[in-house]
Amino acid sequence: MKPRRLLSGLLPLATALAFGALLLFSVDAPPLEALRLIYRGALGSAGGLSSTLMAWVPLVLAAAGLVITFAAGLWNIGIEGQIVMGAIAATAVARLVEAPSALLLPLMFLAGLAGGLLWGLLVGSLRVFGRVNEIFGGLGLDFVATGLVVYLVIGPWKRAGSASTSGTDLFAREAWLPTTGRFTASYVALAVAAAAVILVYLLMRGTHFGLRLRALGANSRSAFLMGITTNRHLLGAFAICGALAGLGGALHASGFHHKLVPAVSGGYGFLGILVVLLAGFRAAWIAPIALFFAVISVGSTQLQLTLQLDSALGGVLQGVLVLFTLLAGGWQLRRSYRRRRLTQEEG
Amino acid sequence: MPSPSSAWRPPGGGSSLPGTMSLELRGIRKRYGPVRACDGVDLRLEAGAIHGLLGENGAGKSTLMKVLSGFISPDAGEVVLDGRAVPLGSTRAAIRAGIGMLHQDPLVFLPFTVLDNFLLGSGRRVSRRVAARDLERVSGEFGFHFDPDAPVRSLTVGERQQLEITRLLWLGARVLILDEPTTGISAVQQERLFATLRALAAKGMIVAFVSHKLEEVEALCTRVSVMRRGRVVGEAALPCPTEELVGLMFGRVLTPPPREAAAVGDTVLELERMSPGERGAAGEHDLTARAGEVIGLAGLEGSGQRPFLRACAGLVRPAAGRIRVGGRDLTAAHYRDFLAAGVHFLPAGRLEEGLIGGLTITEHFVLTDRGKRGITVDWPAAEADAARRIEDNLIVGRPGSTAGELSGGNQQRLLLAMMPPGLRLLLMEHPTRGLDLESADWVWRRLTERARQGTAIVFASADLDELLRYSDRILVFFAGKVLKEVEAAMVDGEELGYLIGGKERP
Repeated sequence: MKPRRLLSGLLPLATALAFGALLLFSVDAPPLEALRLIYRGALGSAGGLSSTLMAWVPLVLAAAGLVITFAAGLWNIGIEGQIVMGAIAATAVARLVEAPSALLLPLMFLAGLAGGLLWGLLVGSLRVFGRVNEIFGGLGLDFVATGLVVYLVIGPWKRAGSASTSGTDLFAREAWLPTTGRFTASYVALAVAAAAVILVYLLMRGTHFGLRLRALGANSRSAFLMGITTNRHLLGAFAICGALAGLGGALHASGFHHKLVPAVSGGYGFLGILVVLLAGFRAAWIAPIALFFAVISVGSTQLQLTLQLDSALGGVLQGVLVLFTLLAGGWQLRRSYRRRRLTQEEG
Repeated sequence: MPSPSSAWRPPGGGSSLPGTMSLELRGIRKRYGPVRACDGVDLRLEAGAIHGLLGENGAGKSTLMKVLSGFISPDAGEVVLDGRAVPLGSTRAAIRAGIGMLHQDPLVFLPFTVLDNFLLGSGRRVSRRVAARDLERVSGEFGFHFDPDAPVRSLTVGERQQLEITRLLWLGARVLILDEPTTGISAVQQERLFATLRALAAKGMIVAFVSHKLEEVEALCTRVSVMRRGRVVGEAALPCPTEELVGLMFGRVLTPPPREAAAVGDTVLELERMSPGERGAAGEHDLTARAGEVIGLAGLEGSGQRPFLRACAGLVRPAAGRIRVGGRDLTAAHYRDFLAAGVHFLPAGRLEEGLIGGLTITEHFVLTDRGKRGITVDWPAAEADAARRIEDNLIVGRPGSTAGELSGGNQQRLLLAMMPPGLRLLLMEHPTRGLDLESADWVWRRLTERARQGTAIVFASADLDELLRYSDRILVFFAGKVLKEVEAAMVDGEELGYLIGGKERP
């Protein structure tokens, strides 16, 4: 049974790689060379490694939040908007408050948490009180958040001189996350992200709240009859997920862009959904898988520079991997269902 | 290829003469997981007769008829119409062979017009003008009138049925199956429906009428087959004595041993002209239940027990009247207030509304333990506690087994084990459905113990033996109301069977 399980885990990876190789062949790119470029681009230099780690931070925070909403049976598509609102709130603090880093940065983090939390709660309230499915409500609020950030960047918060969609002015130095030496990834961001992942892991594994969320996600009717306050727990799940996503947005604006840019969410929210699907909704797995995804995302920009391939290829590879994993999972489920049926017929 | 407008011909005008067509079901088997909905059913229907199919809910009638109409495919068996095998598992093939089914809730598309519904799924390429003419002609033969452009939403349930029947006939149905067609239609429409069915049978069609209402079957049908637990247990030509039908439906009911009278205490539940605000509940209820009392709710499924219990549990707010639990008025209270007042509800769907399939036994106990609170769960202690309660409650399973893996009996044991102690009022639907005798006996020993400790128990059941054996009083539900309240010691199975069918024993 053991080797078989290993095989079933590796099979989708192998299939996805084979599919990716085929794809690369079809555009006349040598697959091994492409893999080497991705690896080198993402991990081969201090700059590449820094970019990869700074992409990992918002990605893993979004994924950690999504573990919670998925556990409660919710599709928090609004996560992109929650990242954006966190970044906006943090930017507002950076622009309005003049203080030393030791005070300003925690304030920015708190603002990011609050911004994402409120945006998440809004999706949750629409669902709980307005009977708007969280997928539609979340998607709508994603657009609102994106619209808002563009408005701010070319409107009230435009760069001195000329408005441009490339972003606001750089934050004051006090609002930048601290770094060491040539390494531009901030240890503060990494520590915060790691702490969040551990907290989510403990929350889901060891608390009554986590257990009740899982009960709610698995069967909301039974959970309600058991006396679980379903609405309060749904709102709680949205609030925590939004807060983590908002924190990711704040860290990304402060530690990577050092300003507010329209694409501040970077698609990390949606990518986070793929990470969680691939992790099988388990918090323990999201850190390594998010790192793997960050490597592909950052590394695939090298494909563009060296092989003149569109960097969107990285996204295709990630999508294909998740798709094959889900397919393999569905196939296994079918097989086990059939097996059970057969043994029942015999028994 | 006949032109569309001539497609409907009087049945029997085709390959067979009136009265000679026959439909046979041979060895139909269908199981859902461990449940045998149909367990080798043989049935023969003759043309020109209205054939009744009688049985309790869950007896397998609907499954059998859905197999016949191609709605579900059976695990084994065959359907032979006029000596020719009908391809199974496809409604399209069934209707092409001439078998049409009118479902309990007519399968219509509410926002669409009458004509759209008439044409949908017919697969015919006819102009709307021709279709409208056909609709008028076929419906006119039975005195139905439709405005082709009216939205179906504006039609009554009875009219929707008439539209479905017209459509099935237009599509060439020679066999018409009706599944509980009298639910939700008026007496006038029922009379018209019955007249239509008689006319169709007289023309040589096969009509199958599925019902759990004795009176209707006696009024309409010429033959009747009775199903119980997935099998046909008897057939009779009508008219025949009612007690024979009652006997077939419920089997032989043993006279239970006399129950020791419970020590009845304070009033626990008071209903005052309470009417549950849910579909299928027509009656107003006045009831007083005392501590230690066991009250059985008899009646065929869908007679109003479900909304009654749900209203008492605080899951549905009553449309009118008052509910008091332990002297406190809970009429407008939330479900959680009912829980806090010591009310507990065990619904019929164990994995739908009681347990959570993917969670383990330990997790279930942790979720429902109201005593211990705190932020973190002490898993080792919880596992040890679960292991002890598994042993106490004779559950076959380990602390780490998920609820979905357990057998029906063990799921019920788990549900009982999860109940908090010292309840005031326990409401249950089918406490022993699907359990073997030993498990059922164990369940009732536990429940009787609770009653002795002062819990009032109100339970709905389809099992007459269970009702007679364990209740102090029995409320018989019929058509949404309580038809009669009887002392369990004063009735026998036969009388109860009559009452459930909506009749008094002559």
